[in-house]
Amino acid sequence: MQYETVIGLEVHVQLSTESKLFSGSSTKFGAEPNTQANIFDLALPGTLPVLNEKAVAMAVKFGLAIGADIGKISVFDRKNYFYPDLPKGYQVSQLDYPTVGKGSLTVTLEDGSEKVIGVTRAHMEEDAGKSLHEDYHGMSGIDLNRAGTPLLEIVSEPDIRSAKEAVAYLKKLHSIIRYLDISDAIMAQGSMRCDANVSIRPVGQEEFGTRTEIKNINSFKFVEKAINYEVRRQQEVIEDGGRVVQETRLYDADRDETRSMRSKEVANDYRYFPEPDLLPIVIDDAYIDAIREQLPELPDARAERFTQEFGLSEYDAGVLVASREMADYFETAAKLSDDAKLAANWVSQDLQALLNKHSWEISESPIQAERLADLIKRIKDNTISGKIAKTVFETMVEDSSSVDAIIEAKGLKQVTDSGALESLVDQVIAENPDQVQQYRDGKVQVIGFLVGQCMQLSKGKANPAQVNELLRSKL
Amino acid sequence: MIEKTVAELSEALASGEITSVELTRAYLDRIALHNTELNAYITVCEESALEQARIADEQRAAGSTLPLLGIPIAHKDLFCTKGVLTTSGSKILHNFISPYDATVVERMQAAGAVMLGKTNMDEFAMGSSNESSYYGAARNPWNVDKVPGGSSGGSAAAVAADLCAMATGTDTGGSIRQPAAFCGITGIKPSYGRISRWGMIAYASSLDQAGPLCKSAEDAALLLNVMAGVDDKDSTSISLPEEDFTASLNESLEGLKIGLPKQHFAEGLDAGIEAAIRNAVAELEALGATVKEIDLPNSDLAISAYYVIAPAEASANLSRFDGVRYGYRCENPVDLEDMYKRSRSEGFGDEVKRRIMVGTYALSAGFYDAYYRKAQKIRRLVKEDYARAFEEVDVIIGPTTPSPAFGLDSIKDSVTMYLEDIYTIALNLAGLPGISVPAGFVDGLPVGMQIVATDFAEAKLLNVAHQFQKVTDWHMRKPILRNAASQQREA
Repeated sequence: MQYETVIGLEVHVQLSTESKLFSGSSTKFGAEPNTQANIFDLALPGTLPVLNEKAVAMAVKFGLAIGADIGKISVFDRKNYFYPDLPKGYQVSQLDYPTVGKGSLTVTLEDGSEKVIGVTRAHMEEDAGKSLHEDYHGMSGIDLNRAGTPLLEIVSEPDIRSAKEAVAYLKKLHSIIRYLDISDAIMAQGSMRCDANVSIRPVGQEEFGTRTEIKNINSFKFVEKAINYEVRRQQEVIEDGGRVVQETRLYDADRDETRSMRSKEVANDYRYFPEPDLLPIVIDDAYIDAIREQLPELPDARAERFTQEFGLSEYDAGVLVASREMADYFETAAKLSDDAKLAANWVSQDLQALLNKHSWEISESPIQAERLADLIKRIKDNTISGKIAKTVFETMVEDSSSVDAIIEAKGLKQVTDSGALESLVDQVIAENPDQVQQYRDGKVQVIGFLVGQCMQLSKGKANPAQVNELLRSKL
Repeated sequence: MIEKTVAELSEALASGEITSVELTRAYLDRIALHNTELNAYITVCEESALEQARIADEQRAAGSTLPLLGIPIAHKDLFCTKGVLTTSGSKILHNFISPYDATVVERMQAAGAVMLGKTNMDEFAMGSSNESSYYGAARNPWNVDKVPGGSSGGSAAAVAADLCAMATGTDTGGSIRQPAAFCGITGIKPSYGRISRWGMIAYASSLDQAGPLCKSAEDAALLLNVMAGVDDKDSTSISLPEEDFTASLNESLEGLKIGLPKQHFAEGLDAGIEAAIRNAVAELEALGATVKEIDLPNSDLAISAYYVIAPAEASANLSRFDGVRYGYRCENPVDLEDMYKRSRSEGFGDEVKRRIMVGTYALSAGFYDAYYRKAQKIRRLVKEDYARAFEEVDVIIGPTTPSPAFGLDSIKDSVTMYLEDIYTIALNLAGLPGISVPAGFVDGLPVGMQIVATDFAEAKLLNVAHQFQKVTDWHMRKPILRNAASQQREA
């Protein structure tokens, strides 16, 4: 039997507001436990929530970026359940009236085709704290620093058909969120979290199969692995004559498997009802227009512009715009060096390789866009060859001096002085009589060897075009 | 001196007739004498009260004219008070020393008031008799075998027995007006949103409203001047132009249109109370008001709607009392579930548990539409009833309660107890302001008259109440306390 996979993703993104969704406490990551929890975050009796308007602006920004309907009236609800890291005993979320309604994302698949994936909604809610199960004399500790951090939960339609599509969707979402600068969206730190609803059905069947929800996936790679594992598992269950049970499963990255979270799955009744401590959020057109004006150029538009303005291929443009920082870097380097093609190659190849090697973010790169542009300029004005440029680039990683200073200090300047080149060429002609004879006998391709000898003799500094020309004229 | 109104005490303090320290001492002495019997206070702050009084006297000497400077107040024990035990009448908060002040408390302090202590109340404000308090029921000063009403029973008893000059209370379904009526004092529930709820331990957030309990309508206006106002810590508090509630106290009632809801003069109303209220209305007519009967057709649904909405909100509001961060935690919990279960079942009283269960049920999947959503519909209908009535009349008047204060332990079943709030509860659903003023006696027990106005028309209520109090002396009658009486005999 052929099966089709059906996936819907629920992505939680921590909005990068300075303070929490309903209190003035800082949202900074990594502080000492409970140093960022005020009386509201601790749910002391009598305390009340006050909505952080910046979080609303960020949610609306996201909504506009994915072409979604913005709820003119959105309502917070209480989602009731008991857990020690949920101090109020309810989470304030949005059920029936989310701030962001239906929208969509377009992703590019591996074969280059495009696919539109629907976004059902995106609603605001508060994050929970953390339970610390280290040794507290046999008890658990609670850290409420994270409690109340604003989250945007982005729920996709069940439009995704493979693990690879899921990753493409997530990466696109990540890219847009970074462009909008509304979240750090770092999966490893939990500022972006993904739950995957996965089911399979026989190809051609209309109705969905029973889905499982996979939690605890904290990297793009694991999203792919977890889904693939789960799809295989469901197939095996069905092929063995069993039934898939609707349940929540945890992904264990160490074992690369998912496993059931609860032995008996009871449908939780969260007893949602409208939060009486908060008024509905009323959003008017003027507010939406003001936010629309703040929208940055988004990745798709930027890629389009890069192909037109800089003549990049769609592929190159797509690679460069995936991260806002990368695209900014490229654009600076392209403009300052006035050679977009060279800038694109250097950024997507040499720079990318350097970052990968050291696991650096682009912001941590020791070579800034301005210095890379200087390097490209020296290639263009023939001060150095492309090959020597690689040596200079490597030096720049360690040495923060200017490009010119490095070229000067290491004596890497390309030799273009015709007198110096002439003696070089003369020497090579003198030392390689056999090849010279071959050339003169009409085996012109041997010139390549002679140019190579000249380059070697000059330690790469000779201008190869000039050497070529000189050799020909002398022979 | 202690029997005087806030307005009178202000003058006495300003003229130097008495100091705040003397006045505070006098109240503290009276508390020492009578609180054992009345159980009006859960906590008395003797030392800090005298210190605040001393500072108030200094401030006055330095020329301060703060509106409540040096006047002793009692706060209902669900207002958070920094450094002072705040129990909400519950065992689950038996050890909760609040690290912060409620906005109401802060405003009273900023106005110069001296805090005498924290008053008894039904647990989490759930009750109409004060009997659900973990700290024992407060008693009615007019007859200590009777309840003072609830949930702000401690505040009402303290004001009526002159154990303070004024007090704060909260009203979710009648919790200021009913005890005010039972204890023969003046109590106002302002419009929803008029006073900040920050620092007020929540019972039912969409219904809870703070207000003053005091000795006259004039005092209520003075206190409202201090308590009212938008607060950026409470998103449901409403921004309105600043208002002096004393400004229109003396306006004439000539031409005032009074509506008497026929539903509030129907079966179930004590005949003595009806007579007292009809007499009181006649007094107002004599002052130039006209009277007509009005119809509030959905009155009979209000209680049912209330007992869905309030418990539903309460079931969530009380989830934070879980033994994790503060308050009561059971001994030696074996695991998390055990800790939750035992902390909450040992920490909450029966009435609170009953309402948590009712509320949880009403919000459950499959029942939400039948209960919670339907109750919200009724809430809108009730609101519309009042809106329609206010197209014809300026104020609506009736009895605050169907009967006078009942005996301690005399009401055994919850539903009968819930019916105590039959005339008061609709206002909370509609968010309207209402005041209860003393309007006579039945069998030696006070009768309260409720006056209702439209949204944010507290000034109108106070005007009518004040004019009524100028021509009557019901609000000046004082109970004779047993201790005081026996002492007098001994003397």
